[in-house]
Amino acid sequence: MNRTTLDLWVGFFVAIGLGALLFLALKVGNLSTANMGETYVLKAKFDNIGGLKVRAPVKSAGVVIGRVASIGFDPNSYEAVVTMDIGSQYQFPRDTFATILTSGLLGEQYVGFEVGGDPEMLKNGDTIKKTQSAVVLEKLIGQFLFNKAAEGTEQK
Amino acid sequence: MFEHLLGSIRGLGRRVNDRIWRLGYATRFFAMTLVYSGTSFRRFFLTIREIYFTGVLSLIIILVSGLFVGMVLGLQGYDTLQRYGSSEALGILVALSLVRELGPVVSALLFASRAGSAITAEIGLMKATEQLSAMEMMAVNPVARVVAPRFWAGVISMPLLAALFSAMGIFGGYLVGVVLIGVDEGSFWSQMQASVDYREDILNGVIKSAVFGVIVSWIAVFEGYDSEPTAEGVSGATTRTVVTSSLAILAADFILTAFMFRGA
Repeated sequence: MNRTTLDLWVGFFVAIGLGALLFLALKVGNLSTANMGETYVLKAKFDNIGGLKVRAPVKSAGVVIGRVASIGFDPNSYEAVVTMDIGSQYQFPRDTFATILTSGLLGEQYVGFEVGGDPEMLKNGDTIKKTQSAVVLEKLIGQFLFNKAAEGTEQK
Repeated sequence: MFEHLLGSIRGLGRRVNDRIWRLGYATRFFAMTLVYSGTSFRRFFLTIREIYFTGVLSLIIILVSGLFVGMVLGLQGYDTLQRYGSSEALGILVALSLVRELGPVVSALLFASRAGSAITAEIGLMKATEQLSAMEMMAVNPVARVVAPRFWAGVISMPLLAALFSAMGIFGGYLVGVVLIGVDEGSFWSQMQASVDYREDILNGVIKSAVFGVIVSWIAVFEGYDSEPTAEGVSGATTRTVVTSSLAILAADFILTAFMFRGA
């Protein structure tokens, strides 16, 4: 085999190999949606983040507007500090309410923004004041059982 | 009785000693290959020629087995998932198992038996027919001229082959799941895209296959270079390449998976 056909075949091989990688990244993976362009940072403190993970989506009205960048622990207030990267094209009022929600009954946890009415907007590095923690199933069931028991004693 | 016991202990010690000696020699050989690999990039045609033999000629087996592995995953995955009423998650199952594990591992195993054995046999035969000594006589370094291009060709080919395997497998899963069985096409792709992360899953898969490429190529060139220069020696070296690199791939896969996917 002479040199040019060899080069052709190897070129073909490398090209379809790279094509397969591109296919995996764009069609199979989330590279096409992961990049949000310019972002700014918001922080929120929660009493309990439940099973929230880094890179979990941040949604408002069901639309993904950002991702959780990091999760830390504040040793002074004993709260979880969630840092989020929010797309710059999305601005939120200062009294926005951050909640940790679950998609579906057993699905992944994400941060949900409920928009308030303040005319001033949150800026880069701001902390969201109003938050609601994740619903912990064990606590919920415990509360339910406690209430049931209380009802039982009242009726007697 | 006592003599017999002593003899077997001595034999065990010799074998362990031998293994450790060979491991050290293999590591030194690996370093030597890296040091002398300048030639394989300066005269890149040498490497291209080897990419043709290791990569391009492995294309058929990789593509066909990828397609079938994906089709089997589609069938088996559908069978289990539809019991829980979540057959739409078939795309996730096929894509994640291929991209994370099956793609890099199975293509590396195929690569070891298809290309690794050929590299060992070729270098072993060169040694047996004293072509390597002849090169040294002519002041051509056989490690730089023969070993390094083959090593780098394997390292370059392996991630590409693994990516092709995964892509072909996902296509196979699509064929069986969507075209044959009738899982909804939209949710097949969209659920797959939602849960496959390009950094966490795809990039880690590529890193895995690159590591496997280094391991397989290293073992193949070393076994060839170290083989006894006889017909039996070459055949033994070829067998050892396939066995050792298969075991090394699986062991390395466990270690890499433990590092990469700890459920963080």
